[in-house]
Amino acid sequence: MSGVSAPRVAFGVALFGLTTVPLWVGNSYYIDVASQILLFAVFALALNVLVGYGGLVSLGHAGLFAVSGYTAGLMLQAGFGHAAADVGAVLMTLLTAAVFAVLALRSTGIGFLMITLALGQILWGIAYRWADLTNGDNGVSISTRPAPFGISLAGASSFYYATLVVFLLALITMTAFARSPFGASLRGTRDQARRMTALGYNVWLIRFLAFLFSGFWCSIAGLLYIYNKQFISPQVSALQASAEVLLMVISGGTATLMGPIAGAAIVVVMKYVVSAYVVRWSLVLGVIFVAIISFMPEGLVPGSVRIWGFARRRWRARRKPAPGATP
Amino acid sequence: MTLWLTLAVNSIAFGGLLFLLSAGFSLIFGLMRIPNLMHGSFFMLGAYFGVTLLAVGANFWVAAVASAIAMAIIGGGVERLLLRRLAGQELAQVLLTLGLSFIVSDLCLMIWTGDPWQPLAPTELRGIVRAGGMIFPLYRLAVVVIAVIVAVALWLMVDWTRLGAMIRAGVDDPPIARVVGIRVSQLFTLVFALGAALAAFAGVVGAPILSVYPGLDADMLPLALIVVILGGTGSLLGALVGSFLIGFLYNFGQARFPDLAYVILFLPMVLVLVLRPQGLFGKGGA
Repeated sequence: MSGVSAPRVAFGVALFGLTTVPLWVGNSYYIDVASQILLFAVFALALNVLVGYGGLVSLGHAGLFAVSGYTAGLMLQAGFGHAAADVGAVLMTLLTAAVFAVLALRSTGIGFLMITLALGQILWGIAYRWADLTNGDNGVSISTRPAPFGISLAGASSFYYATLVVFLLALITMTAFARSPFGASLRGTRDQARRMTALGYNVWLIRFLAFLFSGFWCSIAGLLYIYNKQFISPQVSALQASAEVLLMVISGGTATLMGPIAGAAIVVVMKYVVSAYVVRWSLVLGVIFVAIISFMPEGLVPGSVRIWGFARRRWRARRKPAPGATP
Repeated sequence: MTLWLTLAVNSIAFGGLLFLLSAGFSLIFGLMRIPNLMHGSFFMLGAYFGVTLLAVGANFWVAAVASAIAMAIIGGGVERLLLRRLAGQELAQVLLTLGLSFIVSDLCLMIWTGDPWQPLAPTELRGIVRAGGMIFPLYRLAVVVIAVIVAVALWLMVDWTRLGAMIRAGVDDPPIARVVGIRVSQLFTLVFALGAALAAFAGVVGAPILSVYPGLDADMLPLALIVVILGGTGSLLGALVGSFLIGFLYNFGQARFPDLAYVILFLPMVLVLVLRPQGLFGKGGA
């Protein structure tokens, strides 16, 4: 394990690249896009706990994300301080996640997906229709970003660094989780739920805790979102938002740590690029979904590797035809 | 009193529409084990086809049936060309239908713009009915009658014909159905096309009441989802009871608690999930 391995070098280069983003990007608009990639990467990592490691595909996660953002936004508007609002948002999201989990874990597979979808729609309904509480379609805006340890996050660069710190914390936690006995048992419930039960594991409890763990990081991502935009609207909790984050997870490759991060980068960049040139983001999102599922069901990263390998073999086979190439 | 009765009639009419929408959804879900997330898109696209035909002067019923046929062809095509390639991968199939629903909603916005279309009810049904000093719009009553006719026809088909027996066998146990020589894959296409046609028909019939607007698909899909979770998958009776239940809750909820109408709608679903996860009329296990 010691020495300089290729993944470690790659990780070092990536970390160096990430810490210097504000220096070589310059323009604060693009630094902001980078912050959003990181915060959506946290969101995608959170969802990946369930989708990748737990085999539980949720289409209601945007609801949890929105609960966190809305709680923080509304508490700030009501005059609470940042610390209180953040703690409140996390607790509220954990509570919602617990309710989600109790209901959705009545079922697995497709049933789980349908129930989370319906629950996510309830939250959308509250955000959109319960105008007295959530200000309906006009959304909730907040005036200030927090200043942890006296450092102001008002600028794009300082906010980027704060997001980066949170992102790295999330990544470390996820790595520890994936290697922990808990992560292993969650994978066990995904692959062999019945055997895990026979071995004496409480499958339901493992899934429930995984849901809470996922919900916790959703709430962190939601907080980063509302502080980044200083605004939140019902669109954040819509089915399309859940679908986008799910696309991040499956497009990058599930049950890996780098997959959701790559997926978040791809989807956010694509969304910005597409929205800059055409208004049809929804259409493009749909086409990407259909294309990925039809041609690269294992995810973009592993899928590209597979197709690249296939193409290279074909190319080599054409370059060196027949003589002695195959025994 | 009058308000309540009017609300009740509206609820029943809306329940009838929901039944037309969710009967196909329930059969598709029961047979293929996938929640077809583009069912709302079938409803909306069908409604847009219908209003377009009406705009060029077609008869209302001709438009409804033509739209249903067109959607049957599209639905069958989606099943044959896309879903078929992913046979056995439920998750991929669900996500594929989700992706397609985004494509359809954006294409509809592109073609039919963001303005709502609300066609008039067919001329012969524009009047009102007076009964016991009360006034009811004739068209809403007609929608109920249509829903009942479709329900009876579906029930006759599923319970009394050879095709229906094959569908029931496919819903209960697909592998055994295959073993005894039923071509389940053909049934998939057929049921998918039928479900799409029913949804499109519902879209056109519902257009004079609900109007057609972008986002109609996303409004209707969750309703079909709740109806099926409530009623139990693959059960037509469940879809019927669930539809009327949701029809009442939706209308009364909107009248009494407009802010929370959407939440109230989901409460029975939550209750059913906790107390009877297979749905009111679902078969055990699953």
